[in-house]
Amino acid sequence: MKLSNSWLREWVNPQLSAQELADQITMAGLEVDGVEKVAGEFSGVVVGEILAAEQHPDADKLRVCKVAGHPDGEMQVVCGAPNARVGIKIPFALVGAKLPGDFKIKKAKLRGVESFGMLCAQTELELGEDSDGIWELPEDAPTGEDLRQYLKLDDETIEVDLTPNRSDCLGIAGIAREVGVLNRCQVVGPEITPVAQQIDDSLPVTLAAGDACPRYVGRVIRNIDISATTPLWMQERLRRSGLRSIDPVVDVTNYVLLELGQPMHAFDLSKLSGGIKVRHAEKGEELTLLDGQEVKLQEGTLLITDEQKPLAMAGIMGGLDSAVSKNTRDVFLESAFFHPLAIAGKARSYGLHTDSSHRFERGVDYRLQEKAVERATQLLLGMVGGEPGPVHLRELSEVMPAERHITLRKQSVPQRLGVTLADDEIVDILTRLGLEKIDQNADGWTFLAPSFRFDIAIEADLLEELARVYGYNRIPSLSFNASLDIVPQQESEIAQDALEQTLLARGYNEAITYSFIDSDSAALFDPAAEPVALQNPISAELAVMRTSLIPGLCKSLQYNLNRQQGRVRLFESGLRFVPGDSVAGLKQEPMLAGLIYGNRFNENWTGGKDTVDFYDIKADVEALLAHYVTGGAAASAEDEFRFEAGQHPALHPGQCARILRGDVEVGVVGALHPQLQKKLDLPRAAFVFELSLEALGQARLPSFSPLSKFPEVRRDLALLIDADVAAASLVEAAIEAAGETLTDLKIFDVYQGKGIDFNRKSVAMGLTFQHPSRTLNDDEINAAVDAVVGKLEQKYNASLR
Amino acid sequence: MQDLQSLTEQALELVEKADGLATLDQVRVDYLGKKGQLTALLKGLGKLSAEERPAAGAKINEAKQQVQEKINTRRNALEQAAINAKLAEETIDVTLPGRGEEQGNAHPVTRTMRRIEELFVRLGFSVEEGPEIEDDYHNFEALNIPAHHPARAMHDTFYIDPSTVLRTHTSPVQIRTMEKAAPPIRIICPGRVYRCDSDVTHSPMFHQVEGLVVDKGVSFAHLKGCVDQFLKAFFEADVPVRFRPSYFPFTEPSAEVDIQCTACGGEGCRVCSGTGWLEVMGCGMVHPNVFSACNIDSETYSGFAFGMGVERLAMLRYGVNDLRLFFDNDLRFLKQF
Repeated sequence: MKLSNSWLREWVNPQLSAQELADQITMAGLEVDGVEKVAGEFSGVVVGEILAAEQHPDADKLRVCKVAGHPDGEMQVVCGAPNARVGIKIPFALVGAKLPGDFKIKKAKLRGVESFGMLCAQTELELGEDSDGIWELPEDAPTGEDLRQYLKLDDETIEVDLTPNRSDCLGIAGIAREVGVLNRCQVVGPEITPVAQQIDDSLPVTLAAGDACPRYVGRVIRNIDISATTPLWMQERLRRSGLRSIDPVVDVTNYVLLELGQPMHAFDLSKLSGGIKVRHAEKGEELTLLDGQEVKLQEGTLLITDEQKPLAMAGIMGGLDSAVSKNTRDVFLESAFFHPLAIAGKARSYGLHTDSSHRFERGVDYRLQEKAVERATQLLLGMVGGEPGPVHLRELSEVMPAERHITLRKQSVPQRLGVTLADDEIVDILTRLGLEKIDQNADGWTFLAPSFRFDIAIEADLLEELARVYGYNRIPSLSFNASLDIVPQQESEIAQDALEQTLLARGYNEAITYSFIDSDSAALFDPAAEPVALQNPISAELAVMRTSLIPGLCKSLQYNLNRQQGRVRLFESGLRFVPGDSVAGLKQEPMLAGLIYGNRFNENWTGGKDTVDFYDIKADVEALLAHYVTGGAAASAEDEFRFEAGQHPALHPGQCARILRGDVEVGVVGALHPQLQKKLDLPRAAFVFELSLEALGQARLPSFSPLSKFPEVRRDLALLIDADVAAASLVEAAIEAAGETLTDLKIFDVYQGKGIDFNRKSVAMGLTFQHPSRTLNDDEINAAVDAVVGKLEQKYNASLR
Repeated sequence: MQDLQSLTEQALELVEKADGLATLDQVRVDYLGKKGQLTALLKGLGKLSAEERPAAGAKINEAKQQVQEKINTRRNALEQAAINAKLAEETIDVTLPGRGEEQGNAHPVTRTMRRIEELFVRLGFSVEEGPEIEDDYHNFEALNIPAHHPARAMHDTFYIDPSTVLRTHTSPVQIRTMEKAAPPIRIICPGRVYRCDSDVTHSPMFHQVEGLVVDKGVSFAHLKGCVDQFLKAFFEADVPVRFRPSYFPFTEPSAEVDIQCTACGGEGCRVCSGTGWLEVMGCGMVHPNVFSACNIDSETYSGFAFGMGVERLAMLRYGVNDLRLFFDNDLRFLKQF
């Protein structure tokens, strides 16, 4: 809400500068966004009067004017404005004047004719938006008076960013009340006296919407002169509050809205058929709004209607047909209370937001209606004349908002705020805020909340008011006390941070990508998935919830490749959203994903320009999995991680592994599918992994096994086997055959190619044997090795090389 | 004994001249070995009388010892020279960079979240997380934000369907925690949140950390103390902190927290829009309606909650000047943290 400092000062005037006042109310919860001068910096501009205007001899569009207003008398001014004509009063910048933008007015010659000064448009003085010609001031503007004096331009616009609970401050009156409370000074509004009726005309009003509209005040005013202009002071106040002057009737209703906070509406009486009825919209009704928009009304929208048709969307916007126009002579003024819940969300559902709906949905004082209508009548009669009828009030007292009685316990103040306030101060603060003390005992007080404070209903609300006015920053800061218990901590729970540290140590950088991606990418990486779509995405790029973290990492890869970063190692942790059983039929699964691309090592003088391959990223994954299987001889098969050749739509069919723990799939690792690589325009292969943090499960606790004091013996075997036998199968069979004395088995060479059958490969393995309590003899070891060879021959057609 | 003297001198001279360990050893063998020339003199002692024998033997031994010492010294020198030569040969350029993988970096948002968590975990807070796709109840209703409440307009919510949203804050985690745990509660809730807003200063996804304390006898003064201490600890500076009354439906009283501008020290600059203050978090005393939604008796218990934007704090702490950098994942950016 924007307000004029000088307007506010008419109500309440503490000894504070505009900036000090702004700081003060900011610290009381009415956050000031800005304090701005109401006019540009200018000087030397007076009210001028055009005494003569003649065509410039050498220029069609210029006029040579004689202008009064300079202390030395008449001046000749050449002016290009089409409306420059005899008799009008205009802003006259004298020779020597300074206009906004440090523009100095000098004596000049225009097409051979001398000009002493300049006649100004609103925009040239930063005093409005009208740039069509020079600004025509009212006829009674005193010629020669300094324009700043005349328009009282030494004023500031204060813009307050009000929180939704403080609807009471959506008017000068409310802000003035706050300022009065904070400075303990008197608040005096304009004198509003009832305007006596001159005619008996009134409209019958029927309230048929229950508590949505329990109070409605109407007044008929006949024979107004709509052609009158709004006085400059009112135009200026509206402008300084961010509103444009429209016509006298609209200006008055807007003025009352700004002054008292009561939205009003004026109907052209001649357009109404019969009485007013406030009711909810029925199916199929339509209304053309003031802004020309035709809307199909939703059932239940609160309407102002006459006997035939909807007239206005109550509390939001009037209708075009019944609006005041140039031809209006008789008006019907409406000043009503619409319940916040009847308006809340409604304007937005029509894509509307008006000064009126803004106030009603936050809460308008439900005792303000008569006062507002009297104020409007008073102002209107002074401007456009007319004969007022009686103030006609309809009220459904049984559905009016209930009075709120709130008990404040004395002990609550120190208990909940941590500060002790004197009883007198408590009562004083609350009373000045408009609460009425209605009861009191040794334990505390009961207050009646004012009709304009919709945010005060419980004790905590009173505590906030006390803290706010007393000053948040005067309340002490204390350390809080707590009983500290040691809580159990599962050692087998692997902190995500530990996994991330492992990746960081392996040269990965952490990425954070959006949880929503474009649906094309989603389909590209996982055609079978049906990702959850946002109803209101911010763009097509961010439209569906990711079902994998890999698309985001690939996008980051592309981003970096486009910036000459040829070696990329990124990981991300976060949720993916797949069908399941948590909120809204979705599983929100914490994942950890990584991507590597480019050279295996950073460019280095030691050489090594190889690019990464599957086994690089697999080692990274194995390093992560190692957190879960540290130590312990007592591992069961269900506890071990395994890699199995697998399929994934985004991955290379021959370079993709499913990662399992026991029978549970915990993730996938592999090369990006070459087709996908091509679509993403990646010059080289990218390798990715994705693990489900939940599926990884618990870590095994270390379990010590004694160290053998006896020597270990190693035997190496070189075997030829069919090329398609997986190493893991070979190892499994070998371990099984070797018996318990085998303590380690490593594959240390794999060869395929020249010198070997094209469908065979050579695998070299080292077997280490050791006995816990004695030295193994050659016979035992030979027997074990023979068993291994025999098993592999029999099971995999292996032969010793 | 003329023999002894000349032999000794001869030996010493050869030792001196030996230019390698092998030559030196040959000298040792030639003079001091079992068949060496000096050793041979000892064998001649038998020809002497018993009276002469001890003195002569002593002289020979003395000479042998002299030669041996000379050999030892020479050997040490030769060995040292050999070592020196080897060391010289092995000398490398230690200023060349090391081999192997370089350390990667955590994202600045993670780095900031971890730092915040750490400060609170030391106070006995536990870290809680929750779903990012939330139901309307946990994101709004239970937080005292009923349907059509004007405060909903402040949230710019992403909808999945009319009753399911992307959480607009991490506050639903507080609700979920209070639903299942009894006071005392001390939790910190970090995570991603979403608002349907995107421009230079708004990202449709960002991170929050919220905290919640519920216990007996918790007051607004405790909230102030906690927030004030946290901010001073986070910025590692005795930075002035101020509390401004504000409004959140889920707290009462509510406050916005400002710190004195870290860029200009309160003088007023571009970073703080000339005000000298930077808004860094929101906080307040838990609203009784929130407690009752979670079946916590607001007469027995009170509590406070606070929340902050992680990117905002990271920007202030590390001087990042563009919010969008956080989600571009430009390595040149990530490697700075």
